[in-house]
Amino acid sequence: MQSSSQTISVTPINQHASVNRWRSALGGYIGLIATLAAMVVLFGSLSKYFLTADTFITIANDIPALAIMAVGMTYVLVIAGIDLSIGSVMALGAAITAIALQQWQWGVLAAALLGLMVGLGCGLVTGMVSVGWRLPSFIVSLGMLEIARGSAYIATDSRTQYIGSNVEWLSAPIAGGISPAFILALVIVIVAQIVLSRTVFGRYMIGIGTNEEAMRLAGVDPRPVKVVVFALLGVLASLAGLIQTSRLEAADPNMGVGMELQVIAAVVIGGTSLMGGRGSVINTFFGVLIIAVLEAGLAQVGASDPTKRIITGCVIVAAVVLDMIRERRRTRHA
Amino acid sequence: MSGVPADGFTSLDVAMTPPTPLLRVTGISKHYATPVLSDIALDLHAGEVLALTGENGAGKSTLSKIICGLVQPTTGTLTLTGQPFQPASRSHAERLGVRMVMQELSLIPTLSVAENLLLDKLPHRFGMIDQRALYEQAKRQMAVIGLDDIDPGVLVGSLGIGHQQMVEIARNLVGDCKLLILDEPTAMLTDREIAHLFEQIARLKARGVGIVYISHRLDELQRIADRVAVLRDGRLVDVRPMADVTQDELVQRMVGHVVDEGAQRPRRVAGAVRLEVRGLHCGEQVQAVDLSLHAGEIMGLAGLVGAGRTELLRLIFGADRKDGGELFLDRKAQPVTIDSPMTAIRHGIGLVTEDRKAQGLLLNQSIRVNTTLANLAAVNRRGWLNYAEEHDVTRRLTDILRVKYGSVEQVVGELSGGNQQKVVFARWLHRDCNVLLLDEPTRGVDIGARADLYQELDRLAADGKAMLMVSSDLRELMTVCDRIGVMSAGRLVGVFERGEWTEQILLEACFSGYANLTPTPQSAAASL
Repeated sequence: MQSSSQTISVTPINQHASVNRWRSALGGYIGLIATLAAMVVLFGSLSKYFLTADTFITIANDIPALAIMAVGMTYVLVIAGIDLSIGSVMALGAAITAIALQQWQWGVLAAALLGLMVGLGCGLVTGMVSVGWRLPSFIVSLGMLEIARGSAYIATDSRTQYIGSNVEWLSAPIAGGISPAFILALVIVIVAQIVLSRTVFGRYMIGIGTNEEAMRLAGVDPRPVKVVVFALLGVLASLAGLIQTSRLEAADPNMGVGMELQVIAAVVIGGTSLMGGRGSVINTFFGVLIIAVLEAGLAQVGASDPTKRIITGCVIVAAVVLDMIRERRRTRHA
Repeated sequence: MSGVPADGFTSLDVAMTPPTPLLRVTGISKHYATPVLSDIALDLHAGEVLALTGENGAGKSTLSKIICGLVQPTTGTLTLTGQPFQPASRSHAERLGVRMVMQELSLIPTLSVAENLLLDKLPHRFGMIDQRALYEQAKRQMAVIGLDDIDPGVLVGSLGIGHQQMVEIARNLVGDCKLLILDEPTAMLTDREIAHLFEQIARLKARGVGIVYISHRLDELQRIADRVAVLRDGRLVDVRPMADVTQDELVQRMVGHVVDEGAQRPRRVAGAVRLEVRGLHCGEQVQAVDLSLHAGEIMGLAGLVGAGRTELLRLIFGADRKDGGELFLDRKAQPVTIDSPMTAIRHGIGLVTEDRKAQGLLLNQSIRVNTTLANLAAVNRRGWLNYAEEHDVTRRLTDILRVKYGSVEQVVGELSGGNQQKVVFARWLHRDCNVLLLDEPTRGVDIGARADLYQELDRLAADGKAMLMVSSDLRELMTVCDRIGVMSAGRLVGVFERGEWTEQILLEACFSGYANLTPTPQSAAASL
């Protein structure tokens, strides 16, 4: 402190750097917000029904499951891992909850907790196997994808489990048509962002994703951190499954097929690096919104499912290209 | 050197050089936000080795990058054999016969030597690689630089680093190579490999290749260079025949003030034993090492590359698994179990790693993040980081070490090597370890930053810390250390007190473990 007040020349450079930092931080948001706004304007001009409260309420109530899983996936990508099993884990968690409710006559809370525990267990196994034997999480989670899906089929006897209105409240609109699930997702996004940027655990995640060996030699054991991150994603995946169940009033063993790719797409659109060490949960949330707006907008303008997929694919690639160009420009200026 | 024109003294005045120089640099400047190079005028003649030296950040690499087309100058002109030379890209410069061997090797370890040499023009027939032609062409190319003893079919990854360096150079000698820039070519080499490299440089000279040789190692410059150019803060401060200048003078020119590196230091009084190592071993690399490290001393660890010095430090630190041996701290009767860096650090042992980029720093993170990394416990409250405190700690420590930066939020990867190393130091200062293991702490660090680091080591010693320092620079160890242990072929073959050692004695100890491998140890020592 003393020295900083003595060295006068340091201060302007400092301010300059912090202004730059603000600009780049905001720049990260602005790109995504502008994309989102452009899409809203585009669909608004293409369909007269798009710019209505109904559309946005629908979108808000559509995204909680995707958003919650995308939060966990952001963490996993930040530590330079990947988890392909979440769609299946989501289905398994939902299936077990439904079974506990229906067949074992458990209470709602206990059944929901059991579902979350199952998700936790799947995440723990993925994390411990890949960390313990130093295997790529890609492969281990690919295995878990099959294991969890198969288990969901066995548990439900391959039949959709109807649970009635037991957990309907989670997705039922309250104030202004917004569901508790959406609010829950928002809270998770905000807390997760704060944890990532403000806590020791967040610092460890970023450090491990950047240079795991350097972290180890700085006295930080990367293994428990990585296992916790995978376990957390498992819990979040089964929570997403619970939300999906409450919307459909049923647990479908086919729930969430291919969902992992949609989640990864949302995270990557948000600018999180697949190479680890760089990511933002807030940006992930914008990525989720972009995917949801695209989906809703294309549906409203009457695009067919194949067309929707082609356009979504183009958006994913374009987003990554733009992010890369911005990142390169940033590092070149620096 | 007869190849040097008589006007070596006045070569700043380029107009007086009678023969057309191979390369003429006139008025070259380069500005980014600030000037990096200002008004450089320099000649290089065919068959000449021009040493380029100066502190990190003095502009050596910018100048060489301009010459090989990687960077475009802001002002100024280049001529190559009298013709205007404006390389738009590296490949453009290469087509004109100007090549640069970078510090980082760009070889592919999983391909053979021959494939690496001819990567961009593999001889082929119907899409299949013509192995025989490949090996023949590769052998011809390797012969140029005296690599006759290597099978071109061997995988590059299985070669020693010295041979890899030679392969890298051979790769750059294809076609019409007129000018070769070597950037710190000996940083990773053993003395024997350096001797071999110098023989090959002499061959290239004889073929009329002009060589720009960038290095910190002044004794090397004296062995290899005809002339030396000193850069300081982007300006050319001196160009002279090498024979006319002493190392002390060169250092003075570089830093602008006198650095008294070789001064006799007072012998410190060592305190109680901080760390005792008994019978530490791991395979062939470290065999039954006993040593004790006292509070308030700096113990050096000398040896040839591969003698087991880095391995020993990593075993003490728990970074690698040991086969056996015990560690005792602070004269306690019970040995401590150190099976990971985590436990080592908990016991107050820190390690400054050899390779700061791969093992030390989070390169794309800020100075602040890198400084507090080993001691986040000190800057958080119940898991929540206190940014303001982190900021203050980082400011305080980096000021002590005189790190040059714009802001503590600056990304570490943008700093010079010396400043990066200071950040690694700052991390361990923050952790406040009682035992500090240092592996080549001044590699790639300029002289000014070195002096700062030495000063900090002295301060730590005065503070009662114990330090064990590996360095391949014997003179550095002789300057800094109170005792020097010498490792050879995995064994600690001797420990010398200040006053007992000479360079000769230490060198002989370095080679002693290999005595049965090299039948005439005298000749091996002489080749240094």
